[in-house]
Amino acid sequence: MLTKNLFKKPNNTLEWYDKHTQATLPDIPDDMCVSCPDCKAILLKGDLNERYSVCPKCGHHFRINARQRIGIIADGDSFTEFDADMRSSNIIKFPNYDKKLWHARLESSENEGVVCGTASIGGFKCCLFVMSANFMMGSMGTVVGEKITRLFEYATENSMPVVGFTVSGGARMQEGILSLMQMAKTSGAVKRHSDAGNLYTAVLTDPTTGGVTASFAMEADIILAEPNALVGFAGPRVIEQTTHQKLPAGFQHAELVFEKGFIDDIVSRDKQKEYITNILSLHAAED
Amino acid sequence: MDAYERLKAARAKGRPTGLSYINNIFTDFTEMHGDRRYGDDKAIVAGIGRLCGMPVTVIAHEKGVTTKEKVRRNFGAAHPEGYRKALRQMKLAEKFKRPVVCFVDTAGAYCGIGAEERGEGQAIAENLMEMMTLKTPVVSVFIGEGGSGGALALAVADEVWMLENAVYSVISPEGCASILWKDSSKVKEAAQCLKMTAQDLLYMGVVERVIKEPEDFGTLYPQLQKDLFDKLLSLKQKDVRCLLENRYGRFRKFGDEH
Repeated sequence: MLTKNLFKKPNNTLEWYDKHTQATLPDIPDDMCVSCPDCKAILLKGDLNERYSVCPKCGHHFRINARQRIGIIADGDSFTEFDADMRSSNIIKFPNYDKKLWHARLESSENEGVVCGTASIGGFKCCLFVMSANFMMGSMGTVVGEKITRLFEYATENSMPVVGFTVSGGARMQEGILSLMQMAKTSGAVKRHSDAGNLYTAVLTDPTTGGVTASFAMEADIILAEPNALVGFAGPRVIEQTTHQKLPAGFQHAELVFEKGFIDDIVSRDKQKEYITNILSLHAAED
Repeated sequence: MDAYERLKAARAKGRPTGLSYINNIFTDFTEMHGDRRYGDDKAIVAGIGRLCGMPVTVIAHEKGVTTKEKVRRNFGAAHPEGYRKALRQMKLAEKFKRPVVCFVDTAGAYCGIGAEERGEGQAIAENLMEMMTLKTPVVSVFIGEGGSGGALALAVADEVWMLENAVYSVISPEGCASILWKDSSKVKEAAQCLKMTAQDLLYMGVVERVIKEPEDFGTLYPQLQKDLFDKLLSLKQKDVRCLLENRYGRFRKFGDEH
């Protein structure tokens, strides 16, 4: 019956796939394949990993974690991590925050929502930060703010360029106003780095929203984005609820934000290393 | 009063809005309009006036008092052009060596299609970055609601003061409740958890001063006028490098214990 399914919550494609394909594909272990949420193609995970986690059929960019990202962008084992042990605590005693942090650490195998350090990209030394979607959706609390600020301060002291990959749901409300203060703090560090004549390139990945968009994501000299990444300040659902308007097609997708003039270029994952190497090279100090 | 009661007071009908402060504290106020990019946002009032004779730049959120005015002012929720207008006036203040006074009263930056398309996030980000190194003293006073990035974009200041019933938070308690508990009626609990009152923020070092609210707001203005004048005068006498170093340090300290 049509009416029966009318108000059903949409199925999460991946979950749906996992649940419903076991009967038809009994010999293949669950974790060997995934289905593309865009074109529904069934892909072997091994193949996907070799292709930067981009769907070979339609180009959909799967979300990847910070370590995979570093593996793609940095030369060999050039990455040296800073402040790896820095952990958040429940400063304002927000209900259930301790438990959330514990889960996030377990789920992501990271101590916090951003990984920072130095690396070389195409032979060019730089400071690198990569946010992690699987740690409380890359939300910015005091540790994320502090790590990013320290990285920019280090880069300023050592006259190094910064390359950063953003993914974030925004400021972390469990740390209250102190999260909001991180927006000003990181912005100050970016400004000092910029005023000293250093280059900062940001790559906005899906999704980059809220307090991160309204601070260091939008403050780079060169702003790139991954295809189809959601880039915005307020979330689409909140806007729909507030304005009671239907959002236009492609709203807040990187391609439209690019059309509006807020992004320099959309660069697919397989081209990013080459692209950033070229940018770093164009800004490298002449001997 | 608990956090929720203060929140209600901050939003109460009849509470003085930005323009009351401007009209009662400054003389010769002349409003300046437009961001020179797109338009003039009525949710933010900006201009030049005198504070006890000293020329200053004044920027304020204005929510509006009557219903008609509220709609015209978009309830104090600014679009990107509002923040760009504010920044333009701050840059002029820097050029002409005038201090800046901001009055913050907003539920947040407007979330709508046009605001997003014209770069709400980028506009706020630019203000945060530029205000951090603005070579003139800045004092921000929270007079009602201080909603997230939309409030912070006028509050990267040398000192931040708050009226005792003003609030300042990373997210509205309604938003917090609906995300955390999927229940927007738990506003009271959320307001408590977020530590959004002036007293909480003073304790955390987010604001320097909490201003007592008299029964009759009319008696508040002369004292605030004098306090602002004294503060700006002493900030003006500081060496600019020292001023900016302190401003950076003011925000740098949040979370540096890790």
